[in-house]
Amino acid sequence: MDNVKFLTFARTAIKNMFSKPATVGYPYEPAKFTQRSRGHVEIAGDQCICCGMCMRSCPPGAILVDRKAGTWTINRFDCVQCGSCVSVCPKKCLSIVPGYTSPQNHMESETFKASPLPAKH
Amino acid sequence: MAKRSIVPFGPQHPVLPEPVHLDLVLEDEVVVEAIPSIGFIHRGLEKLVEKKDFKQYVYIAERVCGICSCGHGMGYCEAVENVMGIQVPRRGAYLRTIWEEMSRVHSHLLWLGLLADAMGFESLFMESWRLREKILDMFDATTGGRIIFSVMCVGGVSKDMDSSMLKGISDTIKTMEEEFVPIMETFLRDYSVQARLKGVGVLPLKQARLLGAVGPMLRASGEEYDCRRLGYEAYNDLDLQIITSTEGDCYARCEVRLKEILQSFSLIRQAIDKIPQGDINIPVKGNPSGEYFARIEQPRGEAIYYIKGNGTKFLDRFRLRTPTTSNIPPMVEMLKGCQMADVPLLILTIDPCISCTER
Amino acid sequence: MEYINEIRPISMDEFLAQVITMKMEDWRLAQICAARLEDGYEMSYSFCKDYNMVTLRLVVGTEDKIPSITQIYSCAFIQENEASELFGVKIENLSMDYHRKLYRIDAETPFKEKG
Repeated sequence: MDNVKFLTFARTAIKNMFSKPATVGYPYEPAKFTQRSRGHVEIAGDQCICCGMCMRSCPPGAILVDRKAGTWTINRFDCVQCGSCVSVCPKKCLSIVPGYTSPQNHMESETFKASPLPAKH
Repeated sequence: MAKRSIVPFGPQHPVLPEPVHLDLVLEDEVVVEAIPSIGFIHRGLEKLVEKKDFKQYVYIAERVCGICSCGHGMGYCEAVENVMGIQVPRRGAYLRTIWEEMSRVHSHLLWLGLLADAMGFESLFMESWRLREKILDMFDATTGGRIIFSVMCVGGVSKDMDSSMLKGISDTIKTMEEEFVPIMETFLRDYSVQARLKGVGVLPLKQARLLGAVGPMLRASGEEYDCRRLGYEAYNDLDLQIITSTEGDCYARCEVRLKEILQSFSLIRQAIDKIPQGDINIPVKGNPSGEYFARIEQPRGEAIYYIKGNGTKFLDRFRLRTPTTSNIPPMVEMLKGCQMADVPLLILTIDPCISCTER
Repeated sequence: MEYINEIRPISMDEFLAQVITMKMEDWRLAQICAARLEDGYEMSYSFCKDYNMVTLRLVVGTEDKIPSITQIYSCAFIQENEASELFGVKIENLSMDYHRKLYRIDAETPFKEKG
């Protein structure tokens, strides 16, 4: 067996003893997010027309749009950050921004005020 | 005759990344029979296709499994596109190829780490996973997710990569290739690694074919079969050498996967060089009607995606035959006659993904 | 690359003979899939050889019994068990029958009914 070597890993192991750790010291150092990082969904409520496209396209059904009340509700515990709602939004008022949702004690949904479509005459 | 005993193995075991249960019939220390049983994480995702519209389902297909998520999304889209007669724009196809090859690197590095861990070579495990982290960071930068990318959509991809991102990928790959050399050297030539892997769990080519092994399992036994040769997405334009080995033991399977990582690096580089400008997706109109079997080479082997559409936006049936489903029967065959101490290693070398298998 | 990817409808009478022919010609069993029809099941048995894929399509009634192919292709046991557990397809003579205990689920044949 000429293909056998001993202590093949020794060099790497010794090098690792003197090099910087590959990990980030979170929470003492801040976590880095990339620009495209899919953290959570945000809405610019003043542009929303309550069309409900996002509600229908959401795979886990985390979004609730109430046309009459003019509200846009998201259950962040159900949201899987897939970005389906962002891609179908006709007004481009939804966006996925970096920063994960923080842990909470109770399940609750967040409601935003949106401007409903003007009533038809 | 030695006394027979039955040892239950799994579903919770330090070496198993996912729950699979085996009843091992032992004669002294030698396994004479193994009865696999799965079913701890069945989620019924195939059934969900009847409730979600076919464009939404891409996101669910991606969530079948964490490691091959890119490929599952791609395979599903491929099947739907074939039924609907959609031609994905070239740039979209190239981007899919780049992401898929990056997933292959990430999946194989994960597997190498787990293998090292199963052998008790902890520092090699750390080193493999440290390298894998670079790929995950690249995924984060290009798609916004480390594991689940959500970039595939029917008709193409939803996110583009600009030239600086592509440059970043090729630069990272270059440094990764350098850092990969000592890992590869250790896996292939180290004395203790060879002592654990060589001659263990031999699967002869004839049996591998008969029992329907796929992917690195089949190639390690000597069969030249790689679905990427079918030429889906951009694989037609790329120079692909199929990596095989002849021994069919654990060492051969490890060797095939190691060399496939280098191969993937080369494919990514080729794709970055050749990527054309243009659209990344085309709008999809209408609903799928008809059926199609699509085949994709996942990191773990050939996966088959079957869809059957009925002209409405809800599909009739989606079937996903994952590589592990095919690799379990050869694994059971391999286990017969091996030592009890080698069982964890043997289960690991098929790269089991039980979430995929049960869906 | 040019390759065959076709679906070949067959009848119950020639089913086992066809599968044996496949085995004699060195085809590899790729997958088994059940799909629900109005009043029965559609079973697809796919075989691969080199890069070609042929799917044998068998249509049976809900109460019809299908002979297992595990005697011919022993690796078929997981997928046949799956079809019988999730869809309730009646498969006879399975070499390793899990008796609907493959997936540890409460519901019996959850994929049988639509919706």
